[in-house]
Amino acid sequence: MSSAVTRTREHPAGSPAGPTISVRDLGMTRTLPSGERMPAFEHLTFDVEHGEFVCLIGPSGSGKTSTLAVIAGLERPTHGEVLVEGRPVTGPGPDRAVLFQEPALFPWLSVRGNMDLALRLADVPPDEREERAAMWLARVEVDRSADRQPHELSAGMRQRVALARALACDPPILLGDEPFGALDALARERLQDIVQRERVERAGRTTFLFVTHNVREAVLLADRVLVMSAAPGRLLEEFRIDAHRPRKLDDVLVARVVSEIHDLLIGQLEGTSS
Amino acid sequence: MKRWASELGPPLLGIAVLVVVWAIVAAITDTSAIPSPADTWAALRDGVADGSIPEATAKSLIRLAFSFAAALVIGTGLGLLLAAFELARRSVRPLVVALQIIPFVAWVPLAVIWFGVTERAVVFVAIAGSFPSVTLATLQGIRQVPPLYVRAGRTLGAGGWSLQREIVFPAALPAYMTGIQQAWGFAWKALMAGELIVPAVGASGLGHLLDSSQDVAAILAVVAVIAVIGVAVEYLIVGPIDRRVRAKRGLLSAA
Repeated sequence: MSSAVTRTREHPAGSPAGPTISVRDLGMTRTLPSGERMPAFEHLTFDVEHGEFVCLIGPSGSGKTSTLAVIAGLERPTHGEVLVEGRPVTGPGPDRAVLFQEPALFPWLSVRGNMDLALRLADVPPDEREERAAMWLARVEVDRSADRQPHELSAGMRQRVALARALACDPPILLGDEPFGALDALARERLQDIVQRERVERAGRTTFLFVTHNVREAVLLADRVLVMSAAPGRLLEEFRIDAHRPRKLDDVLVARVVSEIHDLLIGQLEGTSS
Repeated sequence: MKRWASELGPPLLGIAVLVVVWAIVAAITDTSAIPSPADTWAALRDGVADGSIPEATAKSLIRLAFSFAAALVIGTGLGLLLAAFELARRSVRPLVVALQIIPFVAWVPLAVIWFGVTERAVVFVAIAGSFPSVTLATLQGIRQVPPLYVRAGRTLGAGGWSLQREIVFPAALPAYMTGIQQAWGFAWKALMAGELIVPAVGASGLGHLLDSSQDVAAILAVVAVIAVIGVAVEYLIVGPIDRRVRAKRGLLSAA
């Protein structure tokens, strides 16, 4: 499988350093089982800068998950295109790691086996894999369960392993499709803390784009929150958040932005429900 | 000890009830057509003592192993081929379903015409009787692979052959194993049908003993051996493999 971009961080000599992800007039039309064609999202245009953490938020049905799937290369848009490091996305690749809502660990492999497979597929040499897997499992605090099977772990632990599996391959981009949406509050907080920490530690090395419907999560994690409208999804507004990290939900700035986005989204819901 | 008692107790009770009912029916009817359990047991002991049953058992098991191995290779190969090409799958799958429906004995005349009265004819019947369900098991296994695993695998950089080898095959294994449990039973039944009808050349199998015994007790003894072997293969080989595949993936409900 050819990846759309190279894994190196350098830009080709002479070319200006553009955005890492560039979404250009993207749209997707779905065919419903009834045969009816309905736009999931339309005319979506935005950039994600190098090393930035962007959260895409919107009411359900706004097409944010489909948008992410197109960027991941798992689905094709109806119109428009996605450029990653200036090159059009033609398929999935290890340059864009994806955290799915469900952990997507392979149940026939142990935790360690899942890590090893990911590193193997990313062409990490054999003598490096074991060490990297152990290091990452320790970072997400599941090292003591390395030899267990995924079904023996809690939902939160499974998602932490999925995060470790994604980051261990040192991806230039990490995409998240409501990765913490199915977790209980405590497990979610723990993962948010880990992601915030990684955002700081990997500053510049990894660009994050997460889709979520959780406003607090978006404000907690993101440098910039993009709010999408109800279906068909369009870009409504963008919020830049400069609060210090690690952020807490009761930080004044965080709380203020959360309530602003809330008001905007509620307006969207009222606008469509009548 | 206690666990064994609770696991083996009910099946043993079932066998005990069967033997008691059988003994009563044999005593009431009192004809040579329905021998008593004691007569059958005696016939079994004779058959074991004169070496005919052990010899036939060994021969049949070797044939089973060979023909089922061949059915696995042919059936899985065809299944993978059909899984890879949609047009082939849509045109050939109904034929495989049709093959699976053909009764085992229907293969015997063809086998004798093609291979003569030989061991090969018997093995052919066993392979023909079991490879279609291996093919269908392969197709079913691959069709049931959760799309999430394929998506996750592709984003991790798997594609083409590596996607099949690392993600699709292991994810297909549980459903494949379910089909295999059925397929080996077909191989065993088809083998017995083949042996019963195709006269023995050289060494007799268990199916041949069914035909050569004139004594009803001896026939029942051989039927019992065939059944016991079937149960043993299921409980000692195929079942445990299937359980291991499932347990590893967390697909077994807690015992």
